[in-house]
Amino acid sequence: MKILVCISSVPDTTSKINFTADKSAFDKNGIQWVINPLDEFALTKAIKLQESQGATVTVMNVGDAGTEPVIRKALAIGANDAVRVNLDPKDSYSTAKEIASVAQNGGYDLVLCGKESIDYNGGSVPGMVAQLLNQPFVNASVGLDVNGSEATAVREIEGGKETISVKLPAVIAGQKGLVDEKDLIIPNMRGIMSARTKPLQVVEPTSSEVKVQGVSYDSVPPRAAVKMVSPDNLDELVRLLHEEAKVI
Amino acid sequence: MSVFVYAENINGVYKKAAFEAVSYAKAVADQAGTAVTAISVNPTDSSDLLYKYGATNVINIKDEGLKNFSAKAYAQAVSEVADGNIIVFPHTTDASSVAPMLAVMKNFSLITNVLEAPESQSPFQVKRKAFSGKGFMHAKAEGEGVILTVSQNAFGVKENAVSGSEEVKNLSVVNEDTKVISHEQSSGKLDLKEAEVVVSAGRGMKGPENWGMVEDLANTLGAATACSKPVSDIGWRPHTEHVGQTGKAISPNLYIAIGISGAIQHLAGVNSSKTIVVINSDAEAPFFKSADYGVVGDAFQILPALNEKIKAIKG
Ligand SMILES: Cc1cc2nc3c(=O)[nH]c(=O)nc-3n(C[C@H](O)[C@H](O)[C@H](O)COP(=O)(O)OP(=O)(O)OC[C@H]3O[C@@H](n4cnc5c(N)ncnc54)[C@H](O)[C@@H]3O)c2cc1C
Repeated sequence: MKILVCISSVPDTTSKINFTADKSAFDKNGIQWVINPLDEFALTKAIKLQESQGATVTVMNVGDAGTEPVIRKALAIGANDAVRVNLDPKDSYSTAKEIASVAQNGGYDLVLCGKESIDYNGGSVPGMVAQLLNQPFVNASVGLDVNGSEATAVREIEGGKETISVKLPAVIAGQKGLVDEKDLIIPNMRGIMSARTKPLQVVEPTSSEVKVQGVSYDSVPPRAAVKMVSPDNLDELVRLLHEEAKVI
Repeated sequence: MSVFVYAENINGVYKKAAFEAVSYAKAVADQAGTAVTAISVNPTDSSDLLYKYGATNVINIKDEGLKNFSAKAYAQAVSEVADGNIIVFPHTTDASSVAPMLAVMKNFSLITNVLEAPESQSPFQVKRKAFSGKGFMHAKAEGEGVILTVSQNAFGVKENAVSGSEEVKNLSVVNEDTKVISHEQSSGKLDLKEAEVVVSAGRGMKGPENWGMVEDLANTLGAATACSKPVSDIGWRPHTEHVGQTGKAISPNLYIAIGISGAIQHLAGVNSSKTIVVINSDAEAPFFKSADYGVVGDAFQILPALNEKIKAIKG
C-alpha cells in the first residue's frame, strides 16, 4: 500500500501573528516553522500503517525551499521519502491542484491530510484534492483502519461520531483522535540522521491558477481592560453579566 | 440570479447554523438586489422556518440515496440544483466537507470561515477568520462563481420574514464509494460550536471527578461544556470538548474559563467569544489579560456559589 501524507509548514503554535506594515501579507520575520499539528496526526497514523501493514509513506509539501526543514522532520518521524512541489502556495485551490497531480502520478492508495492548517484555516485542500482525483473523501477523521482495498474511517459529527467504510483509493482528512496525543512521534537521533539521506524529490508546479487572493490582513483588536471582581462579591459578577454584558 | 444557501439539517431538523447561513445569504441577496433560494436534503422540518430568515424559495431534495451523509454525493446533489453564482454554506463539519468538493465541481472560488457580509460583490471580497483567530484576512475571489462557508455564531441569526414557496426535487445521486456502518449521536447534548454560552475548565479542576460542578453551572446557564487540551489528552474529558488552536474554534456570547491558564494556543480558539469570564486561583494567569471579567480565587469554592447566584436570578 502506498500512502501520501500532505504536510503544511506553519508558524509555531506560540507565534504572535503580525502583518507587514502595509497589511498586505503575513510577516514571516522571526517565525519558527513546524509541521501543522493536525497533519502530525495524519503522519503518525501513516507511520502506524507502515509498521502494521508494510505501507510505504511519502510526505509531500507544496512550498518553497524554506519548508525543507519541516519536510526533513517528517522524514525523521519515519516517512520513507518526500516530494516538494516548488511553489509558494497562494490559495487552497492551487495547493490542492499540485497535491492531486503528485497523487495521480504516484498512484497512491490513500492520501492523508490534516483537516485544516492552523495558519490560513482554509479547511479546503483535502476536499478539493478528493474531488480533483474523483475519489471518496472523509473529513474530520478520528479513527482509521485499512483492510485490503477498503478503509474503515470514523469521522466526528456534531454531537457524536460515524463509522464509514470507504473504497480505496480515497482521501482522508484527520484531526486529534486519529491517533492519541501520546503516540505522536518525537524524532530520535537515529531518525534525524537517516532523514538526511532519505530521498527528497523537488518537482516544478503544473499550474499556478489562483482562485482566492488575500488582499489585506488585520490583527485582532485588543479587548478593553479586564474588570476584576472579588470572590466574596459574586453578586457583582452576576450583575455585570446580566446588566452590563447582557449575556445571562 | 438567486443567492443559494445550503440549509443543513440533522435527521431532518434544521440546525441553528442553517438559520444563520440563510440570514447571511439574505444580506448578500439584499446587497445584490436579488432573492435567496435555500437547498435542503431530506428535511422533515417545515420550510416556514427558512422563510422566516429570508429564503424566498426552498428546494427540498428528496433522495433515499442521501439518507446517509457522503461529502461527494451531497456536493453532487447541491451542484444539480444550485444554478446561481453565489452559494452559501454554514461552516459546520458536514457543510465544510461538501463545499470544497462543490467548488471544484463548479470551478468556483471558495472562501471559508467568513465573518461578515461581503465588502464588495464585484469583485467578491469578504472578511474571514485566519491564523486560528489570531488575525483576519480580507479575501478576494477571482472568477465568476463563489462558494462561502459562514463561521458559526459570527454573523448571527437574523429574522427577516418573507413569503416563500417550496419545491420538491427528486434526485437519485449515486454513492458507491462510501457506506455508513454506524452512527452514534448523543441526543439532548448542546452542540459546542452552536452554543451561545460555554462553560470550560482546565487542569485547575484537578481531576474528572470534579467536573460535576462544571456541569451544574452549565446546566443552569443552558450552556455547552468545553475543556483545555491537556484535560482531553489525559482523558478527563472527551476530545470533542477540546477547544483551541488544535481543537474547536468557538465564538459564543459568553465563555467562562475555569482553572485554565490561557496559553496562546487555548486563546486562539476562544478569543472571538463576545464576553470572556476567567476564574483562576493565580492572579498572574495570562488569561486575565484577555478576559472581560476576572475572579481570582479557588474554583472549588467559587463554582457552587456562582451556580446558586445565577440560579436565583434565572428564577
Ligand atoms: C502544538 C500545541 C497545540 C496546542 N493546542 C491547544 C489547544 O488547542 N487548546 C488548548 O487548550 N491548549 C493547547 N495547547 C496547550 C497549551 O499550550 C496549554 O498547555 C494548555 O492550554 C494549558 O491547559 P490548562 O490551562 O488547562 O492547564 P495548566 O496550564 O496546567 O493551567 C491550569 C490553571 O488552573 C489554575 N488553577 C489551579 N488550581 C485552581 C483552582 N483550585 N481554582 C482555580 N484555578 C486553578 C492554575 O492557576 C492554572 O492557571 C497546545 C500546545 C501545543 C504545544
